Amino acid sequence: MNVVNNKWIGQRTIRPDGVDKVTGRAAFAADTTMPGMIWGKVLRSPHPHARIKSINTAKAERLPGVKAVVTSRDIVDFTIEKGAVMLGIQDMRWMCRNVMARDKALFPGHPVAAVAATTEAIAAEACKLIEVDYEVLPWAIEIDDALKPDAPILHEFNRFDGKPSNIMGRIESRKGDIAQGFKDADIVIERSFTTRPVHQGYIEPHACLISVAADGKTTIWSSSQGQFMVRAMSSMLTGIPQSDIRAIPAEIGGGFGGKTIVYLEPLATLLAKKSGRPVKMVMTREEVMRATGPTSGSKSTVKIGAKKDGTIVAAHGSFYLQAGAFPGSPIRGAVGCSFAPYDIPHVLSEGFDVCSNRSKVAAYRAPGAPIGAYAVECVLDELAEALKMDPLALRLKNAAKEGTKAAHGPVFPRIGYIETLEAAKNHPHYAAPLGKYQGRGVASGFWFNAGGESSAQVNITEDGNVVVTTGHPDIGGSRAGIANICAELLGIDYKRVSVIIGDTQTVGFSNLTGGSRVLFASSMVVTQAADKVIATLRERAAKIWEIDPEAVKWENGAAHPVSPNAGQFEPLTLADLAEKAPLQGGPIGASVQLNTQGAEGGFGTHICDVEVDVDLGIVRVIRYTAVQDVGRAVHPSYVEGQLQGGVAQGIGWALNEEYIYNKDGKVDNPGFLDYRMPVCSDLPMLDCALVEVPNPKHPQGVKGVGEVPLVPVMAAVANAVHNALGKRFYSLPMSPPKVSAALDAPAQQAAE
Amino acid sequence: MPKLHVTTFVNGEPVEFLCEPYETMLDALRGQLGLTGSKEGCASGDCGACSITLDGRLICSCLMLAAEAEGHEIRTIEGMAKGDKLHPLQQKFLEHAALQCGICTSGMLVASEALLAKNSNPTEEEVRFWLAGNLCRCTGYDKIVRAVMETAAEMREMRP
Ligand code: FES
Ligand code: FES
Repeated sequence: MNVVNNKWIGQRTIRPDGVDKVTGRAAFAADTTMPGMIWGKVLRSPHPHARIKSINTAKAERLPGVKAVVTSRDIVDFTIEKGAVMLGIQDMRWMCRNVMARDKALFPGHPVAAVAATTEAIAAEACKLIEVDYEVLPWAIEIDDALKPDAPILHEFNRFDGKPSNIMGRIESRKGDIAQGFKDADIVIERSFTTRPVHQGYIEPHACLISVAADGKTTIWSSSQGQFMVRAMSSMLTGIPQSDIRAIPAEIGGGFGGKTIVYLEPLATLLAKKSGRPVKMVMTREEVMRATGPTSGSKSTVKIGAKKDGTIVAAHGSFYLQAGAFPGSPIRGAVGCSFAPYDIPHVLSEGFDVCSNRSKVAAYRAPGAPIGAYAVECVLDELAEALKMDPLALRLKNAAKEGTKAAHGPVFPRIGYIETLEAAKNHPHYAAPLGKYQGRGVASGFWFNAGGESSAQVNITEDGNVVVTTGHPDIGGSRAGIANICAELLGIDYKRVSVIIGDTQTVGFSNLTGGSRVLFASSMVVTQAADKVIATLRERAAKIWEIDPEAVKWENGAAHPVSPNAGQFEPLTLADLAEKAPLQGGPIGASVQLNTQGAEGGFGTHICDVEVDVDLGIVRVIRYTAVQDVGRAVHPSYVEGQLQGGVAQGIGWALNEEYIYNKDGKVDNPGFLDYRMPVCSDLPMLDCALVEVPNPKHPQGVKGVGEVPLVPVMAAVANAVHNALGKRFYSLPMSPPKVSAALDAPAQQAAE
Repeated sequence: MPKLHVTTFVNGEPVEFLCEPYETMLDALRGQLGLTGSKEGCASGDCGACSITLDGRLICSCLMLAAEAEGHEIRTIEGMAKGDKLHPLQQKFLEHAALQCGICTSGMLVASEALLAKNSNPTEEEVRFWLAGNLCRCTGYDKIVRAVMETAAEMREMRP
């Protein structure tokens, strides 16, 4: 690690984009207009499953004010027979069918056509004039229904175990021999769990504004977790080359994984191309709820065997995750992360990707991992209880550490899991007294974290300040982290560093804002770029002083001779050298592009206290502490913010959030009133304890922090509810009707 | 139906516009008036991202018809700072990192200002219940509540 002093790293600086966001100036996806702009709207399938026999758009096209209509015929087809065409984790065969249904509509809300017209009202009117001839098919929404032998099959080509099936794939991680492991065990606990799909719940609906000039030059203004993803997907689905598409990242109003794919951009691009006019599209909240996200619902079975002293000897998990209309549920996260915090000799973890007639799932904060952790961490709680062990002591006894081989492959380097357990154990929260109908639960969680491609430029302005351009949309304050690091490296005031997010044609390729990778990866490239800039600055000073560059050091924002032996010179500041730049070799700046490596996984341990209103069945979280190994907290407030936000989402997942379906297979609660996310009065203060075990493979010790904090939450809440009531809940959410029913049931009978 | 002519005040400035009878105040603000600081998260009164005040009363602008602004006084996030001087709430939100993506921030600030105008010394519970109509998916509300409470304390000190 090359940072010695800590003037800026670790400071709670004011974020560079802050003033724009507290004054309403920041431009989000729906906040811009273009001259001549018209409006696009999507016609969506009302059916959960239907063959599209024909689409007639003639009447819509004749409506005055309508400028263009597109259907799946306009979208590049990635045929199923030709095999997978991957873009990141997305298979374009499914993406092209998800943005616009081809032969079949697979969920209510599936786009079947799109219209652009001079007003939103005319576009909506035109959608009604499009005639779609559907052959309505039987449908399956829940996993159990999709797995029945006579279930309607969504993708007829698919075979599992030689038979037509909605199981689109299976993966496993394996270590040792579980049969032997369970034989060695003194105690074995096996339980099954279900979770409901939940939406990422970003407050900003998807939106874009796109213009396509007559020569094909395309400008996309949209909010996403990756402007390069938007460019690539829009290019692949429309046939416009990437070099002609400038995707500009608008400020993004929340993503949580849900904005790592496109919905509107390819449609708006085609509408803009056909009409010759800029096209704006904005989803309604109802469209967001029906047709985007969510994460998978799940069914899991977890079996854990241990010795009497608490040593875990074997574990088996099987995780069935709903993918929605197209393959691609996050089974990798469930399979790989669930047992990762523990050093277990015999493990089998398997995941099944199940299609059903609901919207295609999108990533959601540590995709898959919270689903697996919910099951595993609840079983561990039961195991601790059965063995009369403290649940943190059980975890400590089995904790993964440096050298542990995880079932999903890697041998852990120096990790901070044990530190999180110890910090939790020693936290005053863990010893605080509890009242009647109150209970405490703990749980841990792991997420892989990611590195990958990042690009950045560091340029010195003519007046001696700094502009950093990175390629990652900033959702939670990453610009502030980058500014801290850059100010630290260059030894200048934080306020002299301006950080902006470049568009696809002005900065090098940068992969998604996702996988908790942004600060890890972008600070790595920014550090290398800043080092190059410093090398240039030293060379320039050396030239002016006519000494060797090796005899010049960079300190506190200025060049100095390394020692009096090197010569007696007044320091040359960044401003001095910037001013002299034209005569000394020209502009000062550097750009770096890397495929970053060394993003080590992250661990967290949470403590949750609940109080149950036994008359109404309402569970309230009354105290919460999230402990996490964050590597290095470059900007502690935004690190804490990640923990607090993840915890709040997990509490919603645990207690309230779920889609309710009606008998027609449609979501009955597609709005914020009935899809109830936690509001301010639902939550207590959310305490954070940051453990800093620096990542040895990163210049500042950074580890990803954004996703781990969602992983343990549902189990921590469920374990707390059990502690309060003596009853276990094996299905989420633990909503008031379910809790009331369990309280009314005979005492020893386990809840659903 | 012909468009309606509306004369009103927005952030203290006289404003005139034409609107459809069914147009919401939020659409008028974001559309013809060019004030996009108020956001649309739901258009159904459930998220508070569109919060404004009408004659000092906190409302969801997505639930108000634009024509209803006639003769009244509207305030939006754009009117909160005085020139380049931020309102103490805006400053505290920045210092506390009480925003992550920032899409809820305009509404949170407008709602918090309305709270402090009514109650200069709110308890944590009062802040939480007052802001219960403003959804934030990013922060878990912790830093928002702290920022509002601390602003209230500082403002009380400023005017004894
Ligand atoms: S947009 Fe008005 S309350 Fe959500
Ligand atoms: S900061 Fe993103 S919704 Fe509140």
